[in-house]
Amino acid sequence: MANRIVVGLKDGVRDARAERVRQDISNHLGIELQQVRTLDVYTVDAQLSDAELQAAAQGPFSDPIIQEYGVDKALAQDFDMLIEIGFRPGVTDNTGRTAREALEYLLGRKFAGDEAVYTSVQYLLSGDVDKQKAEQIAAGVLANGLIQRWTIVSRAEFDPKTGLAPQVAKVMTTGQPGIREMDLGVDDDTLMQISRDGMLALSLEEMKTIQAFIATPAVQQQRKTVGLGGCITDAELEALAQTWSEHCKHKIFAARIDYEDEYGQKESIDSLFKSYIMETTSEVRRQKGADDICLSVFKDNAGVVRFTDDWSMVYKVETHNSPSALDPYGGALTGIVGVNRDPFGTGRGARLIFNTDVFCFASPFYAEPLPPRLLHPRRIFEGVVEGVEHGGNKSGVPTINGSLVFDRRFVGKPLVYCGSAALMPAQLHGRPGHEKKALVGDHIIMVGGRIGKDGIHGATFSSEELHENSPVTAVQIGDPITQRRMFDFLLIARDKGLYTSITDNGAGGLSSSVGEMAEDTGGFEMHLDRAPLKYAGLQPWEILISEAQERMTLAVPPEHVEEFIRLGESMNVESTDLGVFTDSGYFHCLYHGQTATYLPMDFLHNANPQMKIPARWEIKTHRQPAETDLPKAQEALLKLLGSLNVCSKEVVVRRFDHEVQGNTVLKPLTGEANDGPADAAVVRPLPDSFAGITVAHGICPRYSDIDTYHMTACAIDEALRNYVSVGGNVDHVAGLDNFCWCDPVLSERTPDGPFKAAQLVRANKALYDYCVAFGVPLISGKDSMKNDYHIDGKKISIPPTLLFSVIGKVDDVRLCTTMDVKRPQDKVYLLGSTSAELGGSELFNILGFTGNHVPQVDADSALRRYRTLNRAQKAGLVASCHDLSDGGLGVALAESAFAGGFGMDINLGNLRTQGELSVLEMLYSESQSRLLVTVAPANAEEFEKLFSGQEICCLGKVTSAPTLRILASDETLIIEENIYVLKEAWQATLKEL
Amino acid sequence: MSAEVKAIVVSGNGTNCEREVANACRLAGAEHVDIVHLSRLLSGEVSLHDYHFLNFAGGFLDGDDLGGAIAGANRLRHAKIKTSGRSLLDEILLFVENGNLVMGVCNGFQLMVKMGLLPGFDHDYRTQRATLTFNDRGRFENRWVYLKVDQKSPCVFTRGLTGMYLPVRHGEGKFVVEDPQVLERIEAEHLSVLKYSDAAYISPTMEFPLNTNGSMAAIAGLTDPSGRVFGLMPHPEAYLHRTHHPRWTREELPEEGMGLWLYKNAINFIREQVL
Repeated sequence: MANRIVVGLKDGVRDARAERVRQDISNHLGIELQQVRTLDVYTVDAQLSDAELQAAAQGPFSDPIIQEYGVDKALAQDFDMLIEIGFRPGVTDNTGRTAREALEYLLGRKFAGDEAVYTSVQYLLSGDVDKQKAEQIAAGVLANGLIQRWTIVSRAEFDPKTGLAPQVAKVMTTGQPGIREMDLGVDDDTLMQISRDGMLALSLEEMKTIQAFIATPAVQQQRKTVGLGGCITDAELEALAQTWSEHCKHKIFAARIDYEDEYGQKESIDSLFKSYIMETTSEVRRQKGADDICLSVFKDNAGVVRFTDDWSMVYKVETHNSPSALDPYGGALTGIVGVNRDPFGTGRGARLIFNTDVFCFASPFYAEPLPPRLLHPRRIFEGVVEGVEHGGNKSGVPTINGSLVFDRRFVGKPLVYCGSAALMPAQLHGRPGHEKKALVGDHIIMVGGRIGKDGIHGATFSSEELHENSPVTAVQIGDPITQRRMFDFLLIARDKGLYTSITDNGAGGLSSSVGEMAEDTGGFEMHLDRAPLKYAGLQPWEILISEAQERMTLAVPPEHVEEFIRLGESMNVESTDLGVFTDSGYFHCLYHGQTATYLPMDFLHNANPQMKIPARWEIKTHRQPAETDLPKAQEALLKLLGSLNVCSKEVVVRRFDHEVQGNTVLKPLTGEANDGPADAAVVRPLPDSFAGITVAHGICPRYSDIDTYHMTACAIDEALRNYVSVGGNVDHVAGLDNFCWCDPVLSERTPDGPFKAAQLVRANKALYDYCVAFGVPLISGKDSMKNDYHIDGKKISIPPTLLFSVIGKVDDVRLCTTMDVKRPQDKVYLLGSTSAELGGSELFNILGFTGNHVPQVDADSALRRYRTLNRAQKAGLVASCHDLSDGGLGVALAESAFAGGFGMDINLGNLRTQGELSVLEMLYSESQSRLLVTVAPANAEEFEKLFSGQEICCLGKVTSAPTLRILASDETLIIEENIYVLKEAWQATLKEL
Repeated sequence: MSAEVKAIVVSGNGTNCEREVANACRLAGAEHVDIVHLSRLLSGEVSLHDYHFLNFAGGFLDGDDLGGAIAGANRLRHAKIKTSGRSLLDEILLFVENGNLVMGVCNGFQLMVKMGLLPGFDHDYRTQRATLTFNDRGRFENRWVYLKVDQKSPCVFTRGLTGMYLPVRHGEGKFVVEDPQVLERIEAEHLSVLKYSDAAYISPTMEFPLNTNGSMAAIAGLTDPSGRVFGLMPHPEAYLHRTHHPRWTREELPEEGMGLWLYKNAINFIREQVL
C-alpha cells in the first residue's frame, strides 16, 4: 500500500510559489483570491517501515528550517477549496525520480522495479471560490489535462485527519506484447483507413508503394528466410511511416514543384533542398576556395564550421511547435533539451556552449474568444518561457540570444525555435572530430533514459496540422538532469575513444537513429526485447519508434563494450547493448528471437515516391494608410517603443541564465543600466584565447504578406547586420535556415496551396541569391511545414516565417562593440541609405495596415559596408553600433540613447535618402542594411575616410542632456523627449508579465 | 605534502560551473586543479585529502527537484565511499578539521548550508541552522549585484576587500535562518561576510533589484567561525576578466575581474598557512 508524505511551509514563511500562482489566476481568469498556499505531496509506493517514512519526510523530502510534514495525515487547513494536481500515468515525473534516488541513498538499498515515488502539488485556495471556479482554475492555470489530473475537494468534504487517499500514477497496460501482421492486399479505401487509424500519415501513393513492394515475389521469398509471412508487420509499417514522414524526410522540400511566376513563366524545380539550399552552399564554398570554413554540412545532426585551428563550432536550430501548442512547458523544455542532443551528437561528440531561442506568439493580451482546443497566448508565453528556462538553466548551457515575435495568426500555432551550439575538437584520436562512421561488427548501444510510450508518433504528428484526435502521447516532459549525467559520461567516453559513431534519439526514436547510423555499414540486427523500459507492456513497434527523451545511440566496437557500459554505470548512466551493425542490407529487428522487421535499407531510405506540388505566384495589393490615418512623429515613436515587437524583453531574458560557463562577453542586455537591447551575443569559449563566437538572427514574417522573396532577403540581412554590429567577421560566418510554413500542398483543405507553395519557392530563390551574394554558406536547417490550425471549419495559417541564424567568428572579443552610446559629443552616423519602405513595417502594423513597399536588400553595397565596418571596429574607431530593424531609425536612435544614458541632437536634413521622403518614412521606414554608429570626435575623420565613397551620413551628436531631439529637414522640431520617458514606454509593456 | 597548491572541483549530477571554477583556481595560481566527478570520490579512486582547496560549483544538483541542493546534500550525507564505508560528509569534515579550505558557489553554497557546513557554529558542521529558499518574487533571476564585504569577518577569502560586483543566477537564493538567535550569532561573529548593497558598497539593502531574493539581513555569503569554510550565492567565477563585466565596453576597468580576488586570497592563504 502506498503512503503519502505531505510537506508544507511553517507558519510565517513566505510561499513565493503560491503568490505567483495567485497572481497568475488573477491575470488569466480575473479571479481574485484572498490567499493561495501550496503543499508538496510525495506518494511512496514501496515497502517502507514507519520509521523509514518518518526519516524520509524529515530528511530529503523537507527542509527542517522552513518546512513541516505529515505522514499519511493531512496538513491542509483553513482553506475554502483544495486542488491536488498530479501527473497522469507514464508522464515523466522528474521530482518523483529524484525523490526515489534520495530514498535509495537514505535507506542504503535500491527500489524494486515496480516501486516508485510519485509527486503532486496541493493548492489551498481561500476566498470566493466554489467547485466550478476551482475547476476553471485547475484547467485554465494550474494544470494541463493532457499530462496531469486533478482532484478538487471543498473544506467540508476534506477529512482533516487523513487528508486525501494516495493515488498512484502507475502505468497499467493490458494485452500481451507481440508482433502483429497486417494484410495490405486490400483496396485503396482500406489502405487509407489503415494509414489513418494507425496515425501513420502515409499518403495513398506511399501506401501503394509499400503494398506493391510486399507483394513482390522476390521480397516474399526473402522474408520467408527469416520466418515472416506474406504480410507486413506492424513494426515495419511504423518504421516506414516514421522514416517517410514529412518531419524526417522533408517531402515538401524534396518534391517536384511546378512553379509559375506573376508573368506566367513556368519552371519545374526538382527538390527545393537540392536546387537552392545545397546549391547555395556548394556555390559559396566554390567561390571561397581556400577560405571555405565549412567542415560538415547537411549530413549530420548539426552543421560544423572552422573556429580556430584546434576547435570547430557546431550549430543547430530546431522547432518544437506542435508539442508546445499542446503543452507549452513540456514542449519547450523538450525542445531545448532535444536540440542540445543534436550538436552534442554531431561528429564524434561536441561540448555544448550556448543556446538560442526565438518564439512567435499571438499577443499575451489577446482578448477575443479562443477557437476550440487552443491555449491562450499568455499561457503559451509563460509555459514556453518556463520550459526553456528549466531546460537551459538546468543543463548548464547559457541562453545568449533570442527574439519574441508577435502576430495574431500565431494564435493558431505558436513557433518555438530552439538553437544550440557546441565546441568540437578539430582533431580527435588522429581523425577530424566531425567525422563519424559505424563499422560492421560495432555494437548498437543505447545510452541514457528508458523507453516508454512517450512521444509515440511525434514524427508523424508534427507532420500534420492540429486536429481533434491529436494524440496525447505526443506530449513529453524533458529531464535535463538525466541528460546532463549522460553528457558528462559521453564526453569522457569520447576522449577515451570508446566509440566510433554517435547520434541522437529524436523523432522516430531507435528506428531513426539506428536506421540512419546503419547506412554506414549497410544494415543492422537489433533485439527490441533487450531495450530497457520505463514500465512493462510496450509493443515491439512502440519500442522501435518511441521518442522517449534523453537517449543517444552509439556504435561501440566489441572490444570497448564492457568498459563503456561500466564507465556509464559508475556515473549513474544506463547503457544497453541492443545488437550489432551489419552489412546484410537489412533493417532487421527481432523481439525475443522472432523477426519484427526485415526491410531492405534501400527501400526504407529511398523508395518513398516524390511528391508533386503546383505553385503559382501572384502579386497582391494591400491597403495603405491614408494621410489622416498617420500619427505625429513623436506619438508614433512612443507607440512603436511600446509595441510588442519592439518593447523590452528583459522580463524574459533575466529568467534565462546567460552567463553560465563564464564565457559570455557580450550579453543580451547592455548599456548604462544593463538593460539595453543587444544586437547579438558573443562568447569567448577558450580560456587561453581571445577569439570569440558570435551568434545572431533575423526574422521578419510580416514582410511575407507582401513578398516572401524580400522577407527572406531581409531576414538574411538582419541576421548579418546584427552580427557585424557587434563585430562578427562577415567573411567568417555561416547561416542556418529554419522554415516554418503553413501547408503549401494543394488539397481540399488547402485550396490556396499553389500560392503558399509559390511563397515557399520565392523564399528559396532569395535564400540562394542573397547567401551567394553575401558569401554565407548554409550549414544546417530544418523545415516545419504544417503550421495550420483547422477545427470545426475554422482555419488559421501562420504567416510564412523564416528564421535565419548566423554563427561566426570574431578574432578578438576585446574589440567588440555594443549598441549603447558611450560619451557626449560623439558623432552619430547612419550607414546605408533610407527609402520609402514602410510596407510590412512595424509602424504600419500598429496602424493596422500592410502596405506594399516592402524593404529590398542591395547585397553588394551592404557587404562592402559590413566589411568596412569590421575594419573600423578592428581599428577601435566605433564607440557604439546598433542595427536598424523594427521601427527603423527612430527606434534605433531612442534605444541607443536610453541604453547609453545620454541624449542626442539629430537633424534629418542630413539623412541620405532615395528620393523625397516624408518625416515618418525617414524615421520609421525599415530599409535594410542600415547601422547607427557613434564615433568619438577624435576618430571621426579616420572613420569617415574608411567609408568614403559609400552611403554614410552624419546625423548629429550625442548630448549630455538626457533628451532625444530630432529636427526635420526644414529645421522644425519633430521629436523632443526625455530618454527616460522613452525608456519607460519601451519597458512598460511586458514588465508585469 | 608537496609545495604545490592543489584544488579540487567536484562535478556531476547537475553541477554546471565546474569548468569556470577550475579556471578561476588556475588563474589564481593553484598549481594543480582537478575537476573530479563525484563517482570517483565515492568509488574511493580519488581522495579529498590529496587536496587543499575543495570547491562546490554552481548548478542544479539533481535538478534541485526537492529544493535547492537538498537531494545533493542527502547524497553526501548518506552515500558510502566504497573503499572506506564512510560518507563523503565524514571526509569533508576531516578535511576542514585538517585546516584546509572549502568554498561553495550558488548551488554549492546551498549544498553547504543544507548539509550544515555553514554557519558551522562550535565545530558542529552537521546541523542545519539556515536555508536558502525561493526568491521572494518566485522567479529565477540573472542579474549583477553589489556586495558589501564585512571587513571584520574572520573569512580568509575576503581579506582586504570592501566590495564586489558579481552576477547572481538563481531562483532559490533567499537566506533564511532557523530562529532569531542564529541570525544574531551570525551577525555578532561577523559570519555574514557578504551582503547585497547599494552601488557604493555602503548600505546593505532589502530593496529589489539590488537584493534580488529578499535574503534576511541582505545576506549573500557566509563563512564559518574559522574563516576557512565559505559560501555565497553570487558567482565570483563569472567575473575573472574585465570582458565579463556587463559594462566593459563603456567603462575603464582593470584586466583582472573582482571574482578572482576570492580565489587569490584562498590560494595565498594555503600557500602561507596550509602547505
